[in-house]
This record gives sequence, structure tokens and C-alpha cells, in this order.
Amino acid sequence: MSLITETTARPAGKLRVTRSRRNVAWTGAGALIVVVVLALLPYIVYSGTTSIIVQAFIVLTLASMWNLLAGYAGLVSVGQQVFVGLGAYFVLILAIHGTSPFAALPVAVIACAVAALPLWWLVSRLRSGYFAIATWVLAATVMLIIERFSSIGGGTGMPLPGLSGLSSVLLTAYTYWAGLAVTVVALATMYLLLRGRLGLVLTAIRDDEVAARSSGARVGLARLLVFVVAGAGCGAAGAVLAISQLQVQPGAVFSVQWTAEMAFATIIGGLGTIEGPIIGTAVYMVLQQTLASYNAWYLIILGLVAIIIALWSRRGLWGLVDEHLHFRLFPVGYWLWPEDVSRPSRLLSRLRRSGA
Amino acid sequence: MAWVNAIIQGVLTGGLYALFACGLSLMFGVMKVVNLAHGDLAVVAGYVAIGVITVTRIPVLWSFLIVVPVMALLGYVLQRTIIQSALDRSVLTTLIVTFGLSVVIENGLLQFFTANSRAIGTDLALVRDSFKVGSQIQIGYLLVVIFAVAVVVLLGLQYFLSASKYGRLIRAVADDREAAQLAGADYRHVFGIAAALAFGTVALAGISYGMYSQLQPTTGTDTILLFAFAAVVIGGLGSLWGTLLGGVVLGVAQQIGAQINISDEVLAGYIVFLAVLVLRPQGLTSRRTQS
Repeated sequence: MSLITETTARPAGKLRVTRSRRNVAWTGAGALIVVVVLALLPYIVYSGTTSIIVQAFIVLTLASMWNLLAGYAGLVSVGQQVFVGLGAYFVLILAIHGTSPFAALPVAVIACAVAALPLWWLVSRLRSGYFAIATWVLAATVMLIIERFSSIGGGTGMPLPGLSGLSSVLLTAYTYWAGLAVTVVALATMYLLLRGRLGLVLTAIRDDEVAARSSGARVGLARLLVFVVAGAGCGAAGAVLAISQLQVQPGAVFSVQWTAEMAFATIIGGLGTIEGPIIGTAVYMVLQQTLASYNAWYLIILGLVAIIIALWSRRGLWGLVDEHLHFRLFPVGYWLWPEDVSRPSRLLSRLRRSGA
Repeated sequence: MAWVNAIIQGVLTGGLYALFACGLSLMFGVMKVVNLAHGDLAVVAGYVAIGVITVTRIPVLWSFLIVVPVMALLGYVLQRTIIQSALDRSVLTTLIVTFGLSVVIENGLLQFFTANSRAIGTDLALVRDSFKVGSQIQIGYLLVVIFAVAVVVLLGLQYFLSASKYGRLIRAVADDREAAQLAGADYRHVFGIAAALAFGTVALAGISYGMYSQLQPTTGTDTILLFAFAAVVIGGLGSLWGTLLGGVVLGVAQQIGAQINISDEVLAGYIVFLAVLVLRPQGLTSRRTQS
């Protein structure tokens, strides 16, 4: 309320608009350092550690894509495993024809983006809950179709060719770097998209779809774009999965468990923030590693935690951080500053005084 | 003759699929909740029936008398607690919560009861026996009974919703929650009753499928939920008769697919589903969708 009076009572020229409440230069530098350190990791730690981190990269990429769908575009897809599977199979098909799996990875990502178009055309006819199950049926259908082709392994799958020339040390390092690259590109793409026009349109849709439509936002196009980006991202994760597992099995790559993992990691970390999936993936990895010997227990616990968080703390763990510290690693919104306020603490105290 | 047989079998399994779809359709129609745990709850009902039969040694068919009310009660309780509080937040939350339930139930079953498949009442004459029409067509008694049960349940629900006093109340709440509340209806309780009805049919579906085929922890999603959904979409959202028609079309498509190539049974059903989605998104029964 008071923010509105603050902004409307003054001429617009007296307002400063920033992305973040604090200076973000150091967060950018921090992100760069984290990426560099992660990139150097294969020289430092054992390959067992890097392969666990590759798993985290896969889950983080998937969770970020699911977050883009559900948290920003309001599309709850329970069939994102279709892109995990397609990504893995595109790598396999190219590898069978003699391409190196690493070179096949970017091609697989583009192919998944293209495949997302007809799939969107099919499922976009349904809304919310029915959209969710339709994506699930679609994933089952695509798996059944792929299982018909015995040249790519049929119902049992097949090992990924084309990597036997690499020593195991090099292979784990390359796989790790591929995973890191996919994750960094996925997060950067998402950040840039949400900072730009698409982010504004999606925020408008999230707040009020009818109002967004009537003020000219192209809702359908925005959703299509999100679906394509999420398809490409999940396909990239699937491609990394195929390379790290060294085999592709239809039942494993098209498993709904992938969607369960990406959804739960996102919800636990915080839906609708870029930081949420990062926190959620960390929680996921800790649970998965500690409960690794108890089969499905980590999924049961993750599911229960996700239900509890969805019901009682909509914005997840990162929401708690944001609420108390007003801090974003990836600022995509805006802060308005009256000209005479230079430090955020003053602005906040003024807002509080005026009853915000 | 094989084709005639496929069509007859398809129509009859369609009754089973309509029974799957009934609860899903009802919960969406009244609460606008798409229950992603629908199929897993049906499997739970089947497992409970197996447990009850093994422990108390009652005749198999009596288990319906115990499990259906128990599941109905569970439906009421779940609706009044977590589904309602998810609904109070957003549609998105109901999807997340029911998906969470689905994963938790499925993996819980896997953890406690292994991935082994279980069947119900395999030694029953009703389950085992069949009768012959002509020389080549063989029809199982069980499928005929399930089809009849599905028709009776759908007819009963239709009658209950359109003619009874309580049914009118449910429709009123489904149409306009606030207005019904102003007229003195406690919509939460009405939602609870609708969920109880839905869960009752879910229990019927789960036990019936356990008798017709076998139950595994994954049956709930890869068979019951997805087939139920395909039947609902093929038939047309929000119409109980459409659901029966959708189930029959799905069943016939699957049997014809199996006739062409035995491993294409499920795929054929989904292809018909996708074709309906493309050509007639409102479903075969012609009313426009309300959602």
C-alpha cells in the first residue's frame, strides 16, 4: 500500500529501479568462482565423488526445468520423463550411427526441443489436472513406441556404444564436465529468460491469467516457449544420464520416478524461485545418499516432506531464507527506490513506519 | 470370428475401465480435484482386501462389504484433511499433494509388500470359469459381472446425483460453492461425502481388477490411473455415461490392438486416446467441457 503511494506521489524520474536490494556484483563473482571450482573438481577428488555430483547435476537440471513449468508457467507436468527418455535415446541413436555421445549431446537437446512442439500441440488442449495426467499418458505412449524398435534395444534397452576408447578416468571427467555444462547452461538460460520479457509475462499469468490475457500478454505462446525450454533441459539431463549410466533402458529412462524427484526437489527447495531447486537438490542428495541402502525409502520420505511443505510452507526452504533476509542469488524481480534513500535499511524502516 | 471375440472382450473390459474412471470423474466433477493418487488408492484397496481375506478367512466376495466402506471412510477423512487444505491453497497444491501421495503409496507398497504381483480369489468359480458362445467365443463370468456392476454403479450414481435430495446438494455445491454455503450447505462436509462415494468406487475398481488380473505396486499408475484418465477423456469430461462409453472404446481399441500384435494392446488404447484428444477434445459425448 505505502509502496504504491510512495511511487505514485512522486514523479517517476525520482525513482531508481534495481534488480536486487543489495549490490549483486559479489553474487555474480561468487557464482563464477563456484563454477570454476566445480570445473576443477575432477583434478582434486576421486571419481566416486564426481559421479555422485553428476547425479546431483541431473536432478538439479530436471528440478530447475520442472520449476520453470510449475512454478512460473503454472503447468504441472507429470510426464517430464518423456524428455529424459527422449534425450537418452537420441544420444543412443546417434552413438549407434558412429557419433561420439558427447558430440551427440547438444544435438539431442535440440531434438528434444523440436519434439516438444508436437507434444505440446497434443497436451495443451487440457488444463491443470488433466494436463498433468495427459503428459503422463504421453510419456507412457512414447515409451511403448520406442520399445517396438528392436534396433535400439526394444523393451530391454542396450549399452551405449562409442565410449570404449576412453580410459575410465577421462570418461568420468568428461561426463562430469558435460553434466556441469548442462546445469550451468540450464540455470543461465532460465535466469535470462525470467529476467526478460517472458519473466514479466509469466508473472502476470501467475498472478491473474485473465487480466494478463486482456492486457495483451500472449499466454499460449509464453507457455509453449516454457514447455519447449523445459523439454530441451530435461532432454539434456537425459542425455547426461545415458552417458553416465553407459546404457539406456526404456523402463529406467521413462520412469515417472524422474518426475517425482524433480517435483519433490523443487517443492522442498521452493517453487517459483531459481534458488529453490538448488536447495531442494541438496536435500535430495543428502537423503538419497544416507538412505541409499534402504531402497525406496528416500522417495517415501521426500514425498512426505514435499506434501508437508506444499501444505504448510508454500515457498519451501528458500522461501524461509527470502522471507527473513530479503536475499536473492538470482534476482529476477524489481526493487523501487525513492531518490533520497540510499541504504535499504532506511527504505525498509520507512516502509515499516508507514505500515507496510 | 477372432475379431468379434476381440470386440466382445473389449466391450466387457470397458466396463472395468469405466469403473476405474468413475471415482476420478466424480472427484473432478464435484471438487475440481484431479486425484493423481486415484489408481494407487485402488491398489491399496486390493491389498487391504487380500489382507482381510487372509486374516479372517471370510469368503472373497464378502471382502467388498468390509473394504468398500473402509475406503469410503478413508476418502471422507482424506478429503476433510489434506485434500481440503490443499484445495484451500490452490489447484496446483492439490496436484502436488496427490502426486506426492501417489509416489509415497506406490513406494510404500513396494517396500512392505515387494514388487510381487498378487491376485484375488483365483480359486473362485466366478473368476475361473467362462461360458462359450458358438465355438470360438469364450466369455469369462467375472468380466460380465464386472460390466454389470459398472453399469449399476454408474446408473446408481447418475440417479443419486440427479434425483435424490443429497445428490442435488452435491450438484449445487459443485456449481457454486459460495451460493450453496449461503443457502446453508456445509460444502466441506458435502465434499467429504462426494470423496467417500468416489473412494467407494475406487475400492470396487481395485478389488475387481485384482480378481480380473493381478495387482502390483505399479498397477495403480501404469494401469488404473492412466486407463481411467483415457476413458474419461475419450468419453467426455463430466459425463458419467460418457465415461462408460469411453471405457468401452478404450477396451475395444486395446483388444483390437492385441489382435493385431499381442504386445500392442496398451499402445493401441493410447493411440485412440490421442486421436480423440486431437480430433474431438471435448470427448465423444458432445457436450463442451466445462473446465
